[in-house]
Amino acid sequence: MSENAYDTMILADGVTKTFGQGDTKVTALDDVSAAIRKNEFFTLLGPSGCGKTTLLRLIAGFELPTHGTILLDGQEIGHLPPYKRPVNTVFQNYALFPHMSVARNIGFGLEMQGRPKAEVDGAIDKMLALVQMEHLAGRRTDQLSGGQQQRVALARALAPHPKVLLLDEPLSALDLKLRKEMQIELKRLQSETGITFVFVTHDQEEALTMSDRIAVMAAGEILQVGSPREIYTQPARRFVADFIGDINILEAEMTADGAEVTLPGGIKMPAQLPDTLKGAAPTGRVSVAIRPEDMSFDPSGALRGTVANVVYFGVGSNVHVTLPTGEGLTVRCASDAPEIGAAVGIKLPAAAQVLAD
Amino acid sequence: MAKLRRMKDLRKQPGFDFLAYTCLFFLYAPIVVLVVFSFNDNRSVVLWTEFSFRWYGEAFENDGIREATVISLKVAAVATVFSTIFATMAALATTRNPPFKGQTLAYAIINQPLMVPEIVTAVATLAFFTLVKKLTGVTGIGYLMLAHTVFCIPFAYMPIRARLEDMTLTLEQAAADLYATPFQVFRSVTLPLMAPGIVAGAMLAFVVSLDDVIISLLIAGPGETTLPIYILGQIRRGITPEINAVSTLLLGLTVILVAAFFMVGRKK
Amino acid sequence: MVALPDTDTQPKRGAEANAVRLAAARKSIDGSARRRRLQLLSPAMITIGIFGLFPLTITLIYSFLSPGVFGGVTWQFSTDAYVQFLFERDIFDDTLTFSNTYLSIYGRSIGLAFGATVGALLIGFPMAYFIASKPPEQRNLWLFLITLPFWTNLLIRTYAILLIIRDEGIINVSLEGLGIIDAPLGMLYTDGAIFLGLIYSYLPFMVLPLYASLEKLDFKLVEAAYDLYATRFQVLRHIIVPMAKPGIVAGCILVFIPGLGAYITPELLGGGKELMIGNLIALQFGGSRNWPFGSAAALILMVVVMLSLIVYVRYSGKENAHG
Repeated sequence: MSENAYDTMILADGVTKTFGQGDTKVTALDDVSAAIRKNEFFTLLGPSGCGKTTLLRLIAGFELPTHGTILLDGQEIGHLPPYKRPVNTVFQNYALFPHMSVARNIGFGLEMQGRPKAEVDGAIDKMLALVQMEHLAGRRTDQLSGGQQQRVALARALAPHPKVLLLDEPLSALDLKLRKEMQIELKRLQSETGITFVFVTHDQEEALTMSDRIAVMAAGEILQVGSPREIYTQPARRFVADFIGDINILEAEMTADGAEVTLPGGIKMPAQLPDTLKGAAPTGRVSVAIRPEDMSFDPSGALRGTVANVVYFGVGSNVHVTLPTGEGLTVRCASDAPEIGAAVGIKLPAAAQVLAD
Repeated sequence: MAKLRRMKDLRKQPGFDFLAYTCLFFLYAPIVVLVVFSFNDNRSVVLWTEFSFRWYGEAFENDGIREATVISLKVAAVATVFSTIFATMAALATTRNPPFKGQTLAYAIINQPLMVPEIVTAVATLAFFTLVKKLTGVTGIGYLMLAHTVFCIPFAYMPIRARLEDMTLTLEQAAADLYATPFQVFRSVTLPLMAPGIVAGAMLAFVVSLDDVIISLLIAGPGETTLPIYILGQIRRGITPEINAVSTLLLGLTVILVAAFFMVGRKK
Repeated sequence: MVALPDTDTQPKRGAEANAVRLAAARKSIDGSARRRRLQLLSPAMITIGIFGLFPLTITLIYSFLSPGVFGGVTWQFSTDAYVQFLFERDIFDDTLTFSNTYLSIYGRSIGLAFGATVGALLIGFPMAYFIASKPPEQRNLWLFLITLPFWTNLLIRTYAILLIIRDEGIINVSLEGLGIIDAPLGMLYTDGAIFLGLIYSYLPFMVLPLYASLEKLDFKLVEAAYDLYATRFQVLRHIIVPMAKPGIVAGCILVFIPGLGAYITPELLGGGKELMIGNLIALQFGGSRNWPFGSAAALILMVVVMLSLIVYVRYSGKENAHG
């Protein structure tokens, strides 16, 4: 389905952002394009330095793009200052105003817009109820716990009912249990308010759990955009395959008809091509990705090997198998893992994902 | 056990502790003597008779002292207000910015009063003001206030700048994100957060202005005798106990202000 | 909800139009930033420029004029002020002979200021070290104690010393009373008194920069030295002092330069017979009524100050290169 079938909220087109000059020039974003849909929970996922925060800041208005356009609901905003964009941000360290109470923090955006006091107060009450902080309205923000500050930051950003909410790694400072609670909370808020969320994180598990769609980024580029399932089961690029979950990457040979690959050792299996290569199938050597949990041990399995190591982690085990060609493979085993040194047969999945690089 | 004890003392150099305490003693001894004898009922600065507020009473009744105090306070107040405002503006312009053309020059000018010996500043200002007075015919205490403002600016500037440097830009970005125009950002976020620094700067400027001797001495015209000028005059004429009392009061005021300054700095 | 401003609603109006828009936005931000900076800086700059810097130029001009009868200047060019500094004009036959009157005043002042600097360093270093070796919570209190005298009025502090060391002061009276001495030690109105007064006045200026340097000292280096068989004195000499170098230089500058131009201390404690530079200059604008000479003397002082700064900076820089 083409992108035009959806309502696009944010359209970034050919966005480039460089810092510095000459020797010290840094390219944070290199010709990045993306379309974020209305009412979507969209995540920018990548390691530090990949440019995800820069892209967020460009949407928010804290930086100007060096090149490229940014459209919000059809209108150019790339050149506008932040206070002219109907976009609000939840900062990584919350950035709550220490000299104001919780209530005043939350009402700040509406206050700045010049709303009548009654309207501001009403919105504050509604927000406090939404994040369940009614009892802390008069508190000073530096007296709150991390989780509470987080919720105030959220309420503050949602109160002016922006078109888009930007979240810059908002959960990274929280402990695990709180983080999991907040993830559910954020999903709930997004569907209740209908506001488009753009979420930045380096935690792939977080991205997979919460997102409607994910954009995986590295070194200033967007490598792949898709639903969590698509990203996981059909990674198009080596980096994406490697970054998300455990993966096996094997060198294989493309068959002449472009429908199968020959694995080391001669085994053939159907090939799954990424969207970018669907029109023009590659030839010759390719890299393929197979998830450890997509394989299983089966005495009649096509692939044969010897168990080199077993790593138990409670829910199952990762079994490292050495193939006759010398390469290694990791197979996820839910129940009894084979012994080290055992000769095993491996059942392959229906298709191997071909990587574009 | 002995070896452990020796390890703990590694930081200490022999004799340094003793020297430090001695040093502190000698630093405060003259002041303590002054303060103590200001409460002495006797004229002497050596023999103690009994505790009394006598000299404070006489100091309060002394017209010369009263007038000088009023003048000192007036000049200090005006100089503080203007120097703090100018210093705040200068701090905003020079802090949290990427380096700009003329930055070193700006620093040099702001700190200029600190780099020139006071006597030279006093003399130069006197020469300049005399010229202006002759050319324009304008006289008055304004000249003294102006001179004080000039040397108070760098003193107000330092704490304000220090405070500003501690403030990351994130809060102001958050305010802009929430629809605050640059002016609104300044008024609702920047200024309130800067406030402790501005207060500290103002206190510093006030103290420095109150304490100034040499510049005031040369510039002040008749009827513009500040407290330090008055005290100096009295000392030249001979030691009187009222001077001890006035000095102690001035000392006390300074101590309170400096203590407050340190408290404000620590609360941050 | 914020209403977006009226721009063209058609997306992607060509990369060029967008680039123009971005460039305009960038320029407007830079431009307004520059304008605002100028506006913010101007009051301070103008005030200090006109009333701080410009007067120095006036002083320079005055030094080349003739003294007025009742003080002030007459607008007549003359280099007499500078000549007077080095030479004495014979009243009768107008010949010039070299006179070291003023040179000796400057020399003596430099000597006193330098001596006070060394004294302040010797006393201030243990003090700063003491504070730096205290646990962090206590340091603020100690710093407060050491800086408090700095903020109190210099005049009052000097006066306090005067009270103590004068012939009827507490030191002499107690010593006489105890029978240790028969007559008062003439402590006041000596070079020694000035020396003491200078150290007393500027000691905090020495301690604070020293402390700032020593605070950054990593005591692990000290422990490493001890581990390598160094004695305490060797550690002091080879490790601690070199690392406190920047603080030492800063402290010396902060004591030497004000000390050169000191006025109150020599005035109160020196008795007015032996002059220091500060008194000399002030005198020209007071009783001696020789403004041009006073201006010249002030400018010569400025030159000495700048030379000393250069010497200090060179010294600290050289040692840094040394490593």
